[in-house]
Amino acid sequence: MSALESLDARGLLCPLPVIRTQDRIKNLQPGELLEVVATDPGTMQDIPAWCRVHGHELVTEETVDNESGEGLVYRFEIRVNA
Amino acid sequence: MLAARVIMDQGVEVEGVNFFTGFCVEGHTHAIREKKRIKPKRNNALWVAEQLGIKLHIIDVIEEYKDVLLNPKHGYGANLNPCLDCKVFMVKKAVALGLTGEGGFMTRHSFDFIITGEVIGQRPMSQRKDTMPVIASESGADDLLLRPLCARLLPATRPEREGWVDREALYDFNGRNRKPQIALARSLGFSDWSQPAGGCCFLTDIQYSAKLADLWEARGSREYELDDVMLLKVGRHIRPAPHFKLIVGRELGENRYLEGYRNTFTSLYPTSHNGPLCLIDGEPTAADLILAARVLARYSQGKTSDSVTVHIDRLDGTSEELAVVPLPAQEIQQSWHVGA
Repeated sequence: MSALESLDARGLLCPLPVIRTQDRIKNLQPGELLEVVATDPGTMQDIPAWCRVHGHELVTEETVDNESGEGLVYRFEIRVNA
Repeated sequence: MLAARVIMDQGVEVEGVNFFTGFCVEGHTHAIREKKRIKPKRNNALWVAEQLGIKLHIIDVIEEYKDVLLNPKHGYGANLNPCLDCKVFMVKKAVALGLTGEGGFMTRHSFDFIITGEVIGQRPMSQRKDTMPVIASESGADDLLLRPLCARLLPATRPEREGWVDREALYDFNGRNRKPQIALARSLGFSDWSQPAGGCCFLTDIQYSAKLADLWEARGSREYELDDVMLLKVGRHIRPAPHFKLIVGRELGENRYLEGYRNTFTSLYPTSHNGPLCLIDGEPTAADLILAARVLARYSQGKTSDSVTVHIDRLDGTSEELAVVPLPAQEIQQSWHVGA
Protein backbone atom coordinates (compact mmCIF):
# COMPACT_ATOMS: atom_id res chain seq x y z
CA MET A 1 0.00 0.00 0.00
CA SER A 2 1.46 3.35 -1.05
CA ALA A 3 1.91 6.12 1.50
CA LEU A 4 -0.75 8.83 1.15
CA GLU A 5 0.66 12.31 0.59
CA SER A 6 -1.74 15.11 1.39
CA LEU A 7 -2.41 18.54 -0.14
CA ASP A 8 -4.64 21.07 1.61
CA ALA A 9 -6.10 23.30 -1.11
CA ARG A 10 -8.97 24.61 1.00
CA GLY A 11 -9.67 28.31 0.44
CA LEU A 12 -7.94 28.30 -2.95
CA LEU A 13 -9.95 29.00 -6.07
CA CYS A 14 -9.38 27.29 -9.41
CA PRO A 15 -7.02 26.98 -11.08
CA LEU A 16 -4.79 27.22 -7.99
CA PRO A 17 -5.85 23.81 -6.56
CA VAL A 18 -4.96 22.27 -9.93
CA ILE A 19 -1.62 24.10 -10.07
CA ARG A 20 -0.74 22.99 -6.52
CA THR A 21 -1.75 19.41 -7.39
CA GLN A 22 0.36 19.51 -10.55
CA ASP A 23 3.36 20.87 -8.63
CA ARG A 24 3.06 18.28 -5.86
CA ILE A 25 2.67 15.33 -8.21
CA LYS A 26 5.84 16.35 -10.02
CA ASN A 27 7.75 15.30 -6.89
CA LEU A 28 5.97 11.96 -6.43
CA GLN A 29 6.89 8.58 -7.86
CA PRO A 30 4.64 6.51 -10.15
CA GLY A 31 2.14 4.54 -8.07
CA GLU A 32 2.22 6.97 -5.12
CA LEU A 33 -1.06 8.42 -3.88
CA LEU A 34 -1.90 12.08 -3.34
CA GLU A 35 -4.92 13.21 -1.34
CA VAL A 36 -6.24 16.67 -2.27
CA VAL A 37 -8.78 18.50 -0.11
CA ALA A 38 -10.43 21.62 -1.57
CA THR A 39 -13.40 23.93 -1.02
CA ASP A 40 -13.82 25.33 -4.53
CA PRO A 41 -16.63 23.45 -6.31
CA GLY A 42 -14.74 24.09 -9.53
CA THR A 43 -12.29 21.37 -8.45
CA MET A 44 -15.03 18.79 -9.06
CA GLN A 45 -14.58 19.51 -12.77
CA ASP A 46 -10.96 20.56 -12.90
CA ILE A 47 -9.14 17.90 -10.83
CA PRO A 48 -10.75 14.96 -12.71
CA ALA A 49 -10.12 16.74 -16.05
CA TRP A 50 -6.48 17.37 -15.13
CA CYS A 51 -6.08 13.70 -14.16
CA ARG A 52 -7.57 12.56 -17.47
CA VAL A 53 -5.35 14.92 -19.47
CA HIS A 54 -2.18 13.67 -17.74
CA GLY A 55 -3.17 10.04 -17.40
CA HIS A 56 -3.24 9.93 -13.59
CA GLU A 57 -5.78 7.67 -11.92
CA LEU A 58 -8.51 9.35 -9.89
CA VAL A 59 -9.02 6.72 -7.20
CA THR A 60 -11.48 8.60 -4.98
CA GLU A 61 -13.71 11.61 -5.53
CA GLU A 62 -16.11 12.60 -2.78
CA THR A 63 -17.99 15.55 -1.34
CA VAL A 64 -18.04 15.96 2.43
CA ASP A 65 -20.40 18.29 4.28
CA ASN A 66 -18.09 19.95 6.75
CA GLU A 67 -19.83 20.76 10.00
CA SER A 68 -17.36 23.49 10.95
CA GLY A 69 -19.29 25.99 8.81
CA GLU A 70 -16.77 25.79 5.99
CA GLY A 71 -19.44 24.45 3.65
CA LEU A 72 -18.81 21.54 1.32
CA VAL A 73 -15.34 20.05 1.13
CA TYR A 74 -14.18 18.13 -1.94
CA ARG A 75 -11.73 15.27 -1.44
CA PHE A 76 -9.75 13.46 -4.11
CA GLU A 77 -7.21 10.65 -4.11
CA ILE A 78 -4.95 10.53 -7.14
CA ARG A 79 -2.57 7.72 -8.07
CA VAL A 80 0.44 9.00 -10.00
CA ASN A 81 0.77 7.43 -13.42
CA ALA A 82 3.77 5.41 -14.52
CA MET B 1 -7.72 25.27 -29.79
CA LEU B 2 -7.92 25.76 -33.56
CA ALA B 3 -4.26 26.64 -33.93
CA ALA B 4 -3.24 23.54 -31.99
CA ARG B 5 -5.55 21.29 -33.97
CA VAL B 6 -4.38 22.67 -37.32
CA ILE B 7 -0.78 21.88 -36.38
CA MET B 8 -1.65 18.49 -34.87
CA ASP B 9 -3.36 17.59 -38.14
CA GLN B 10 0.03 18.03 -39.80
CA GLY B 11 1.41 15.27 -37.58
CA VAL B 12 3.12 17.55 -35.07
CA GLU B 13 3.01 16.66 -31.36
CA VAL B 14 1.61 19.58 -29.37
CA GLU B 15 1.52 20.33 -25.62
CA GLY B 16 -0.38 23.24 -24.13
CA VAL B 17 0.75 25.84 -21.65
CA ASN B 18 -1.63 28.12 -19.77
CA PHE B 19 -0.53 30.97 -17.50
CA PHE B 20 -2.46 32.01 -14.40
CA THR B 21 -1.91 35.72 -13.74
CA GLY B 22 -4.55 36.15 -11.03
CA PHE B 23 -6.68 38.24 -13.38
CA CYS B 24 -8.19 35.32 -15.28
CA VAL B 25 -11.98 35.53 -15.36
CA GLU B 26 -13.04 31.94 -15.54
CA GLY B 27 -13.27 29.23 -12.93
CA HIS B 28 -12.84 30.92 -9.60
CA THR B 29 -15.21 33.79 -10.42
CA HIS B 30 -18.00 31.41 -11.25
CA ALA B 31 -17.15 29.37 -8.17
CA ILE B 32 -17.63 32.33 -5.83
CA ARG B 33 -21.05 33.47 -6.95
CA GLU B 34 -23.87 31.17 -6.00
CA LYS B 35 -26.16 32.27 -8.82
CA LYS B 36 -23.53 31.43 -11.41
CA ARG B 37 -23.28 27.85 -10.17
CA ILE B 38 -25.93 26.76 -12.62
CA LYS B 39 -23.40 27.38 -15.38
CA PRO B 40 -20.92 24.57 -15.97
CA LYS B 41 -17.73 25.46 -14.13
CA ARG B 42 -14.86 24.27 -16.22
CA ASN B 43 -11.36 25.44 -16.74
CA ASN B 44 -11.46 26.24 -20.44
CA ALA B 45 -7.78 25.52 -21.03
CA LEU B 46 -8.16 22.07 -19.44
CA TRP B 47 -11.33 21.47 -21.39
CA VAL B 48 -9.60 22.37 -24.65
CA ALA B 49 -6.64 20.12 -23.83
CA GLU B 50 -9.03 17.26 -23.20
CA GLN B 51 -10.87 17.86 -26.47
CA LEU B 52 -7.56 17.85 -28.32
CA GLY B 53 -6.06 14.95 -26.36
CA ILE B 54 -2.93 16.90 -25.42
CA LYS B 55 -1.12 17.58 -22.15
CA LEU B 56 -1.64 20.96 -20.53
CA HIS B 57 0.73 22.70 -18.14
CA ILE B 58 -0.87 25.39 -15.99
CA ILE B 59 1.75 27.79 -14.69
CA ASP B 60 1.38 30.17 -11.75
CA VAL B 61 2.89 33.51 -12.86
CA ILE B 62 1.16 35.72 -10.28
CA GLU B 63 4.37 37.18 -8.85
CA GLU B 64 6.23 37.60 -12.15
CA TYR B 65 3.17 39.16 -13.75
CA LYS B 66 3.22 42.14 -11.36
CA ASP B 67 6.05 43.74 -13.30
CA VAL B 68 4.12 43.27 -16.55
CA LEU B 69 1.07 45.03 -15.14
CA LEU B 70 2.90 47.75 -13.23
CA ASN B 71 5.54 48.63 -15.82
CA PRO B 72 4.23 47.86 -19.29
CA LYS B 73 6.82 48.97 -21.83
CA HIS B 74 4.14 49.27 -24.49
CA GLY B 75 1.49 50.83 -22.24
CA TYR B 76 -2.11 49.87 -21.55
CA GLY B 77 -5.08 49.19 -23.78
CA ALA B 78 -8.48 50.79 -23.20
CA ASN B 79 -8.36 49.85 -19.50
CA LEU B 80 -5.51 48.48 -17.37
CA ASN B 81 -4.82 45.71 -19.89
CA PRO B 82 -1.14 45.59 -20.89
CA CYS B 83 -1.94 43.24 -23.77
CA LEU B 84 1.21 43.57 -25.84
CA ASP B 85 3.55 43.27 -22.87
CA CYS B 86 1.43 40.37 -21.65
CA LYS B 87 1.86 38.51 -24.96
CA VAL B 88 5.59 39.14 -24.95
CA PHE B 89 5.82 37.92 -21.35
CA MET B 90 3.87 34.73 -22.00
CA VAL B 91 5.73 33.75 -25.15
CA LYS B 92 9.03 34.54 -23.42
CA LYS B 93 7.96 32.37 -20.50
CA ALA B 94 7.00 29.56 -22.88
CA VAL B 95 10.45 29.81 -24.50
CA ALA B 96 12.07 29.52 -21.06
CA LEU B 97 9.86 26.58 -20.07
CA GLY B 98 10.73 24.73 -23.23
CA LEU B 99 14.43 25.38 -22.86
CA THR B 100 14.71 24.42 -19.21
CA GLY B 101 11.98 21.83 -18.84
CA GLU B 102 10.81 23.85 -15.82
CA GLY B 103 7.45 22.69 -14.53
CA GLY B 104 7.74 19.33 -16.28
CA PHE B 105 7.11 21.04 -19.59
CA MET B 106 8.41 19.06 -22.53
CA THR B 107 10.84 17.22 -20.29
CA ARG B 108 11.36 14.34 -22.66
CA HIS B 109 12.54 16.57 -25.46
CA SER B 110 12.40 20.32 -25.70
CA PHE B 111 10.03 21.89 -28.20
CA ASP B 112 10.90 22.69 -31.79
CA PHE B 113 8.65 25.75 -32.10
CA ILE B 114 5.84 27.67 -30.39
CA ILE B 115 2.36 28.28 -31.76
CA THR B 116 -0.28 30.79 -30.64
CA GLY B 117 -3.84 31.32 -31.80
CA GLU B 118 -3.35 34.99 -32.68
CA VAL B 119 -5.22 36.47 -35.65
CA ILE B 120 -4.19 39.78 -37.21
CA GLY B 121 -6.72 42.54 -36.62
CA GLN B 122 -8.71 40.67 -34.00
CA ARG B 123 -9.37 41.95 -30.49
CA PRO B 124 -7.51 42.52 -28.24
CA MET B 125 -5.71 45.16 -30.26
CA SER B 126 -2.30 43.67 -29.54
CA GLN B 127 -3.05 41.40 -32.50
CA ARG B 128 -1.87 43.78 -35.20
CA LYS B 129 0.38 43.06 -38.12
CA ASP B 130 2.97 45.51 -36.75
CA THR B 131 2.93 43.98 -33.25
CA MET B 132 3.38 40.37 -34.36
CA PRO B 133 7.14 40.81 -35.00
CA VAL B 134 7.48 42.75 -31.72
CA ILE B 135 6.16 39.75 -29.77
CA ALA B 136 8.43 37.38 -31.70
CA SER B 137 11.57 39.42 -31.19
CA GLU B 138 11.06 40.69 -27.62
CA SER B 139 10.10 37.24 -26.39
CA GLY B 140 13.21 35.68 -27.88
CA ALA B 141 11.11 33.20 -29.84
CA ASP B 142 11.99 34.99 -33.10
CA ASP B 143 11.08 32.91 -36.12
CA LEU B 144 10.20 29.89 -34.02
CA LEU B 145 6.89 31.60 -33.21
CA LEU B 146 4.20 30.43 -35.63
CA ARG B 147 0.61 31.71 -35.83
CA PRO B 148 -1.16 28.98 -37.81
CA LEU B 149 -4.42 30.94 -38.17
CA CYS B 150 -2.86 33.93 -39.95
CA ALA B 151 0.54 32.56 -40.98
CA ARG B 152 -0.05 33.11 -44.69
CA LEU B 153 -0.34 36.85 -44.09
CA LEU B 154 3.03 36.92 -42.31
CA PRO B 155 6.60 36.19 -43.42
CA ALA B 156 7.39 32.47 -43.39
CA THR B 157 8.77 31.28 -40.08
CA ARG B 158 11.45 28.65 -39.68
CA PRO B 159 8.97 25.76 -39.22
CA GLU B 160 7.48 26.72 -42.58
CA ARG B 161 10.81 27.31 -44.34
CA GLU B 162 12.27 24.04 -43.06
CA GLY B 163 9.16 22.12 -44.06
CA TRP B 164 8.27 21.06 -40.50
CA VAL B 165 4.77 22.31 -41.35
CA ASP B 166 3.07 22.91 -44.68
CA ARG B 167 2.51 26.66 -45.02
CA GLU B 168 -0.13 26.06 -47.69
CA ALA B 169 -2.24 24.17 -45.14
CA LEU B 170 -2.16 27.13 -42.74
CA TYR B 171 -4.64 30.03 -42.77
CA ASP B 172 -4.91 33.72 -43.64
CA PHE B 173 -7.58 34.84 -41.17
CA ASN B 174 -7.72 38.58 -40.68
CA GLY B 175 -9.95 41.05 -38.84
CA ARG B 176 -12.57 41.00 -36.12
CA ASN B 177 -15.01 38.77 -37.93
CA ARG B 178 -14.77 35.35 -36.29
CA LYS B 179 -16.95 33.58 -38.85
CA PRO B 180 -13.98 31.95 -40.64
CA GLN B 181 -12.72 30.53 -37.35
CA ILE B 182 -16.19 29.29 -36.46
CA ALA B 183 -16.51 27.66 -39.89
CA LEU B 184 -13.10 26.02 -39.45
CA ALA B 185 -14.06 24.81 -35.97
CA ARG B 186 -17.23 23.23 -37.33
CA SER B 187 -15.35 21.63 -40.21
CA LEU B 188 -12.98 20.07 -37.67
CA GLY B 189 -15.93 18.64 -35.76
CA PHE B 190 -15.99 21.09 -32.86
CA SER B 191 -19.42 22.15 -31.64
CA ASP B 192 -18.24 24.14 -28.62
CA TRP B 193 -15.25 26.41 -28.04
CA SER B 194 -13.78 28.51 -25.28
CA GLN B 195 -13.72 32.23 -24.55
CA PRO B 196 -12.19 34.37 -27.31
CA ALA B 197 -8.98 36.19 -26.38
CA GLY B 198 -9.41 39.29 -24.24
CA GLY B 199 -12.74 38.28 -22.70
CA CYS B 200 -10.90 36.02 -20.30
CA CYS B 201 -8.96 38.78 -18.52
CA PHE B 202 -10.37 41.09 -15.85
CA LEU B 203 -7.91 43.80 -16.84
CA THR B 204 -9.91 44.39 -20.03
CA ASP B 205 -13.00 45.09 -17.89
CA ILE B 206 -13.75 48.77 -17.27
CA GLN B 207 -15.34 48.21 -13.85
CA TYR B 208 -12.58 45.95 -12.64
CA SER B 209 -9.89 48.36 -13.84
CA ALA B 210 -11.64 51.20 -11.99
CA LYS B 211 -11.58 49.14 -8.77
CA LEU B 212 -7.91 48.36 -9.22
CA ALA B 213 -7.05 52.02 -9.89
CA ASP B 214 -9.09 53.01 -6.80
CA LEU B 215 -7.19 50.50 -4.67
CA TRP B 216 -3.83 51.85 -5.82
CA GLU B 217 -4.89 55.45 -5.26
CA ALA B 218 -6.26 54.77 -1.78
CA ARG B 219 -3.08 52.98 -0.73
CA GLY B 220 -0.74 55.45 -2.37
CA SER B 221 1.06 52.48 -3.89
CA ARG B 222 0.58 50.22 -6.87
CA GLU B 223 1.76 47.13 -5.04
CA TYR B 224 -0.78 44.33 -4.82
CA GLU B 225 -1.13 40.75 -3.62
CA LEU B 226 -3.28 37.93 -5.00
CA ASP B 227 -5.87 38.49 -2.24
CA ASP B 228 -6.30 42.11 -3.39
CA VAL B 229 -6.87 40.96 -6.95
CA MET B 230 -9.37 38.32 -5.87
CA LEU B 231 -11.34 40.63 -3.56
CA LEU B 232 -11.84 43.13 -6.38
CA LYS B 233 -13.88 40.43 -8.11
CA VAL B 234 -16.22 39.97 -5.15
CA GLY B 235 -19.03 42.10 -3.71
CA ARG B 236 -20.06 45.73 -3.88
CA HIS B 237 -17.12 48.06 -3.28
CA ILE B 238 -18.29 51.23 -1.55
CA ARG B 239 -15.83 53.99 -0.62
CA PRO B 240 -17.46 56.74 1.47
CA ALA B 241 -14.06 58.33 2.16
CA PRO B 242 -10.53 57.97 0.79
CA HIS B 243 -9.24 56.13 3.88
CA PHE B 244 -11.72 53.24 4.01
CA LYS B 245 -13.84 51.06 1.78
CA LEU B 246 -16.65 48.57 2.39
CA ILE B 247 -16.76 45.26 0.55
CA VAL B 248 -20.34 44.00 0.86
CA GLY B 249 -21.27 40.48 -0.23
CA ARG B 250 -24.03 40.34 -2.84
CA GLU B 251 -25.19 36.81 -2.19
CA LEU B 252 -24.49 33.65 -0.23
CA GLY B 253 -21.53 32.49 -2.29
CA GLU B 254 -19.79 35.84 -1.95
CA ASN B 255 -20.54 36.03 1.78
CA ARG B 256 -19.00 32.60 2.23
CA TYR B 257 -15.93 33.67 0.27
CA LEU B 258 -15.56 36.89 2.30
CA GLU B 259 -15.78 34.82 5.52
CA GLY B 260 -12.27 33.58 4.72
CA TYR B 261 -10.93 37.13 5.17
CA ARG B 262 -12.50 37.94 8.54
CA ASN B 263 -9.18 37.50 10.33
CA THR B 264 -7.46 40.09 8.13
CA PHE B 265 -10.15 42.78 7.91
CA THR B 266 -12.54 44.50 10.31
CA SER B 267 -15.85 42.81 9.56
CA LEU B 268 -19.52 43.61 10.12
CA TYR B 269 -22.73 41.64 9.81
CA PRO B 270 -26.33 42.27 10.91
CA THR B 271 -27.66 40.18 13.79
CA SER B 272 -31.23 41.46 14.03
CA HIS B 273 -31.99 40.75 10.38
CA ASN B 274 -30.61 38.58 7.60
CA GLY B 275 -28.01 40.37 5.58
CA PRO B 276 -24.58 40.29 4.00
CA LEU B 277 -21.11 40.14 5.44
CA CYS B 278 -19.06 43.31 5.04
CA LEU B 279 -15.28 43.74 5.20
CA ILE B 280 -13.67 47.11 5.81
CA ASP B 281 -10.48 47.83 3.89
CA GLY B 282 -8.53 50.71 5.40
CA GLU B 283 -8.42 52.35 8.82
CA PRO B 284 -11.91 53.45 9.80
CA THR B 285 -12.57 55.68 12.81
CA ALA B 286 -15.40 54.96 15.27
CA ALA B 287 -17.62 57.36 13.29
CA ASP B 288 -16.67 55.59 10.06
CA LEU B 289 -17.75 52.26 11.55
CA ILE B 290 -21.13 53.70 12.45
CA LEU B 291 -21.52 54.92 8.86
CA ALA B 292 -20.39 51.51 7.58
CA ALA B 293 -22.94 49.80 9.82
CA ARG B 294 -25.69 52.08 8.48
CA VAL B 295 -24.67 51.35 4.88
CA LEU B 296 -24.61 47.63 5.60
CA ALA B 297 -28.04 47.86 7.24
CA ARG B 298 -29.32 49.32 3.96
CA TYR B 299 -28.29 46.11 2.21
CA SER B 300 -29.87 43.87 4.89
CA GLN B 301 -33.43 42.64 5.12
CA GLY B 302 -33.94 45.33 7.76
CA LYS B 303 -33.43 48.16 5.27
CA THR B 304 -36.90 49.58 5.96
CA SER B 305 -36.75 48.96 9.73
CA ASP B 306 -36.23 51.70 12.29
CA SER B 307 -33.22 49.92 13.71
CA VAL B 308 -30.81 47.18 12.66
CA THR B 309 -28.30 45.62 15.05
CA VAL B 310 -24.86 45.18 13.50
CA HIS B 311 -22.04 43.11 14.98
CA ILE B 312 -18.52 44.47 14.47
CA ASP B 313 -15.29 42.47 14.84
CA ARG B 314 -12.20 44.67 14.86
CA LEU B 315 -8.72 43.54 13.94
CA ASP B 316 -7.48 44.20 17.50
CA GLY B 317 -9.77 41.41 18.70
CA THR B 318 -12.48 43.64 20.20
CA SER B 319 -16.12 43.36 19.22
CA GLU B 320 -19.26 45.37 19.70
CA GLU B 321 -22.88 45.51 18.63
CA LEU B 322 -24.38 48.71 17.30
CA ALA B 323 -28.05 49.51 16.80
CA VAL B 324 -28.23 51.78 13.75
CA VAL B 325 -30.79 53.35 11.46
CA PRO B 326 -30.30 52.09 7.89
CA LEU B 327 -28.85 54.81 5.70
CA PRO B 328 -31.54 56.09 3.31
CA ALA B 329 -30.83 54.91 -0.24
CA GLN B 330 -30.50 58.48 -1.50
CA GLU B 331 -27.70 59.15 1.01
CA ILE B 332 -25.52 56.40 -0.44
CA GLN B 333 -23.85 58.56 -3.03
CA GLN B 334 -23.34 57.17 -6.51
CA SER B 335 -19.70 58.26 -6.36
CA TRP B 336 -19.14 55.92 -3.40
CA HIS B 337 -19.74 52.89 -5.64
CA VAL B 338 -16.32 51.99 -6.97
CA GLY B 339 -16.37 50.79 -10.55
CA ALA B 340 -20.15 51.02 -10.83
